Amino acid sequence: MAVSILSAPRAPRYSSAVKTSLGFLAVAVICLLFADISVTTLDPWSEMKRMAWGALTPDFAAVSGIGLVIVQTIAFALSGVALGAVGGFLLSQVFHLGPVRWVCASARAIHELFWALIFLQILGLSPLTGVLAIAIPYAGICAKVYAETLEEAELPALRSLPKGTGIISAFFFARLPDVWVHLKTYTSYRFECGLRSATVLGFVGLPTLGFHLETAFSEGNYSEAAALLIIFYVLIATLRYWMRPKLVGFYLLAAPFLLGGGQAIELGNIVRFLTVDIVPSPLRQGGLLDGQTWSNMGDWAWTMLVDQALLGMIGTLLLTQIALVATGVLALVLFPLVSQKFFGPAGRTVGHVFLVVLRSTPEFILAYIFLQLWGPSMLPAIVALSLHNGAIIGHLVGRFSDEVRLRPDSPRGLNLYGFEIVPRIYGQFLAFLFYRWEVIMRETAILGILGIATLGFYIDSALSDIRLDRAMILIVVTAILNMGIDALSRRIRSRLHLSTQAGRA
Amino acid sequence: MAFQLDNEDLGYNGDPVLRGISVTVAAGERVAFVGESGAGKSTLLSVLQRRYDGNAALIPQDPGLVRSLSVFHNVYMGSLHRHSAAYNLMNLVWPRRKEVERIYPIVQRLGLGDKLFERAGELSGGQQQRTAICRAIFQGGDAVLGDEPVSATDNHQSRVVLEALRETFETVILAMHDVDLALEFSTRIIGIKDGGIALDAAARDLTRSDLDFLYRD
Repeated sequence: MAVSILSAPRAPRYSSAVKTSLGFLAVAVICLLFADISVTTLDPWSEMKRMAWGALTPDFAAVSGIGLVIVQTIAFALSGVALGAVGGFLLSQVFHLGPVRWVCASARAIHELFWALIFLQILGLSPLTGVLAIAIPYAGICAKVYAETLEEAELPALRSLPKGTGIISAFFFARLPDVWVHLKTYTSYRFECGLRSATVLGFVGLPTLGFHLETAFSEGNYSEAAALLIIFYVLIATLRYWMRPKLVGFYLLAAPFLLGGGQAIELGNIVRFLTVDIVPSPLRQGGLLDGQTWSNMGDWAWTMLVDQALLGMIGTLLLTQIALVATGVLALVLFPLVSQKFFGPAGRTVGHVFLVVLRSTPEFILAYIFLQLWGPSMLPAIVALSLHNGAIIGHLVGRFSDEVRLRPDSPRGLNLYGFEIVPRIYGQFLAFLFYRWEVIMRETAILGILGIATLGFYIDSALSDIRLDRAMILIVVTAILNMGIDALSRRIRSRLHLSTQAGRA
Repeated sequence: MAFQLDNEDLGYNGDPVLRGISVTVAAGERVAFVGESGAGKSTLLSVLQRRYDGNAALIPQDPGLVRSLSVFHNVYMGSLHRHSAAYNLMNLVWPRRKEVERIYPIVQRLGLGDKLFERAGELSGGQQQRTAICRAIFQGGDAVLGDEPVSATDNHQSRVVLEALRETFETVILAMHDVDLALEFSTRIIGIKDGGIALDAAARDLTRSDLDFLYRD
């Protein structure tokens, strides 16, 4: 009998998904070498103990007058999301036009907090500031999602319409009804996001829950802060009980009247902002025909681009890449907690509560809390971003893993995890993660407001020095960076053939 | 001349299913395309439909319904071209009595009277098919083109449907799988086999056995 001696291949060939993951991991490790992740507070442990104690002893008596604030938070979310959804819907009808796409991409590339900071300059602390800060980026994202939903829908009814049917009738009869439920689901998801956004806007002074959270935290009233956070979670968790379809109309009518007063809008401020404040300062001060002006302008631009934009971008990118990989690792660790493949109903309930709390808490608030503990370095931001986003992706991946069909004699425990589940969910996991990449970057930039050296830090400093010309340039840089990451993420997803259907969250 | 093809190859992207097809259907004819499934009946129908520039109603094989709208609304869609957008939208939100009373008899006749305000997506396959037929009837016009419009209905229902189509439309062109029904309701039978027209004769000159060869290998 002939014995054939074949030498086994030495190493397995890795898939492009794995290679891409390893590449991102390597980049994150290198970024970590340059990132500042020190703990700068003197005694983080005692502060942590005080916070933990506060969390265990929520003081609802201290927040007894919070009813109106809750109503106002909801009113801001409703008005902003409604305006954004209607605007987004109208834009989605002309979304095939290049300039519309571009405007929508820019609108959503700028975080609602930056929009709020811009409108604070123009409109002051008026309710319109909060409403527009939510409505504008939401219109951008809704336009895109609505347009895609309408485009992807299979509409056999369109083909059997009588010849000569007008476009309006065709749209409302044959196109809209079958996608209506998807639009409704997405818009109500957006409303939940709007509640988080409205809350966070309180951190820059609008009269929502965040304003009181910030006060409670900064004064060290952790029991009060805990009570406010619990109210916030209850608000989100009970959403489907009070946000009834029949009541939406009533809520929408009432919302504009519940936004509260605030400063009157002054036309002078708007004009000044558009014609003076955002003009680069050398141009404002010197004559346009003076050579000195342009030399000053050159210096100004150089300082802006190198000292601020470049440094801010580096900080933002470092933090984004580390947070992205940390998010991915955490999601892979967390998803079994809510997967039927790993835990029974009791265990999954615990997992669900844990993940719901993490993903309901805006990363801005998480970062704010960790910052109180550890001081302003990238550490609190990394932890906050990865916890929040890891919980979101963990939840989605967990749900996806429930659909995996196993053979009856499949392994258990870690073997099940490593051999059966992770290989099957990995593509979907990466799709979710790359979807979040641009979201993580947007949040990273905004965390600069808290003192972390990202673009937001330079924007916030420029605004507090009332150098709006600088702030606007930096915001534009942030938006461009965000659109760049979005484009890169799309390229990677299509190169790895990652599904783009389910990951829209 | 209502419908005309002259020695044409039909199919998808240069891969013809049917070759050298010449058909002329005159106004007033009732034509049935018969032949094995996959023979090219649907292809022939869809080409005729695209070429026809008159006023023809369609009953596609996929009934082409809006699943989230009621039977009433789906049938009403046959008249979208007759009204202003404002009137159409009014009926979308709140059906007018007048339109309901026009549509109800059609729906009733085809056995869907009790389903008038149920969502099309919740109906059975046969009921969806009949809803699409109601839409074509309500749309009206001089011709109807139907791709297996009675494939999911029982014998009695099929007769009701075909009778209604015959009354409504001057010219009727249907792809059919039931040879007996085809002979009963058509004036002309066109048999398709092996990528071409294998039979084209007046229905009254044919018997069932004359068509058997179409279904033999």
